Amino acid sequence: KTHPLSYSKQENHGETLTPFNKVSGHNNFYEFGTDKADPKANAQAFDIDPWLLRVDGQVEKPFSLSLEALYKVAPLEERIYRLRCVEAWSMVIPWIGFPLKALLEKAQPLNGAKYVAFETLYDPKQMPGQASVFRGGGIDYPYVEGLRIDEAVHPLTLLAVGLYGNSLPPQNGAPIRLVVPWKYGFKSIKSIVRIRLTDKQPPTTWNLLAPNEYGFFANVNPKVDHPRWSQARERRITTGGLFTNNRIDTLPFNGYNEVASLYRGMDLRRFY
Amino acid sequence: MNLSRALSRRSIEWIKFFIHSLSLSWAAVVFYQAATDQLGGDPVEALLHFTGISAFNLLLLCLSVSPLAKWLRASPLMQLRRLLGLYAFTFACLHLLSFVMFELQLEWQLLMTEIIKRPYITVGFSAWVILLLLAATSTKAMQRRLGKQWQKLHNWVYLAGPLIALHYIWSVKSDIFQPVVYIGLLAILLFCRKDKFIKTTYCVNEKRG
Repeated sequence: KTHPLSYSKQENHGETLTPFNKVSGHNNFYEFGTDKADPKANAQAFDIDPWLLRVDGQVEKPFSLSLEALYKVAPLEERIYRLRCVEAWSMVIPWIGFPLKALLEKAQPLNGAKYVAFETLYDPKQMPGQASVFRGGGIDYPYVEGLRIDEAVHPLTLLAVGLYGNSLPPQNGAPIRLVVPWKYGFKSIKSIVRIRLTDKQPPTTWNLLAPNEYGFFANVNPKVDHPRWSQARERRITTGGLFTNNRIDTLPFNGYNEVASLYRGMDLRRFY
Repeated sequence: MNLSRALSRRSIEWIKFFIHSLSLSWAAVVFYQAATDQLGGDPVEALLHFTGISAFNLLLLCLSVSPLAKWLRASPLMQLRRLLGLYAFTFACLHLLSFVMFELQLEWQLLMTEIIKRPYITVGFSAWVILLLLAATSTKAMQRRLGKQWQKLHNWVYLAGPLIALHYIWSVKSDIFQPVVYIGLLAILLFCRKDKFIKTTYCVNEKRG
């Protein structure tokens, strides 16, 4: 059900990509079940047509995008990013998308806009995890996420519409998802229907659920442990079974040091 | 109906054979799949779940033997208890081994700090230590040697069960449904023994008094 996209390719600088079957077969997308294999198993009938993405809030020009329009916001480009899950595993994924900045500029944020709030589709008929507490992990749906505006307009922040050359498989957040490579994966909200600019820090799903475990910022940080496990190292998922030695050091900001200036003067232990 | 008579020695042997072959072949298949990267996106996580939940399943089976034997009046069933307990311990070992070898990949120092610093791992490890003691004293010879102390020691299984349940529910991020079901099953099995617990406390109090 995915379709090929035309995009400008990025040269890979030596990191082994996580194969497509793992990128699309090992997902945290509780809307389709809490097991890592559930989203692939349960999302194949997910119908994204028609889709409507609303951009509103503190903006000069609120607008909505249809499914076709999502692929035409800006020229599509490939971005090979590391994805570090808060559960201490990571992947390397060739996303296709455009900078979130390009979309926000079209809406012309007002001066008062300090944060960007994101919301996943709420459709219990299509998403079994939303229909049943037992299958959805006890999360309050719809899933919501947020960024500070300077994080949102950072050139690394991507709205992805595809991966590995094609449009997104449903289990990876079709038709459009966020990718913020220096933050833990749960910040990269999937299947977005609303992007709202606001003057207040918006609530975020995992922070609401367990504030002592998941902060608003959720920047990848080897020095700040999750209360239940160390974040100093991670297992890089590529190919190979049990006996592959795939443990590597976790880098501050997942190795994207260019974002460090966004947090100058902030105590990153407090604002985890 | 007399199930005790129907459960001849031969049929108990067959059930034992079935427990051996199912446990061993299942573990072998899953380990082979994990080793050859045929176990989903992250074979390590899958293996940890499989070994952990199998250990818990076997412990619940083990704990259901005596209530079942009583209820069915089939005392020969009791002969299965040790085997099930030993397999629960075996899978607990595989679980710990998978954690050390494939999750932490032999970073021993990290293992030590994780056991101390992370309460859910402390709890899981404590349960494993209890199972280790029970397994080590599971032979007839040890039973004879320990005499009355043996039963006291083996009553620790009633602590190991709740510790395992706590370790399980503590380990999940938010999807507590399955752990809650397991806690329910464990609670039923412990409830079957309520008389035993009441009696034990009573006796202790009486001695003190």
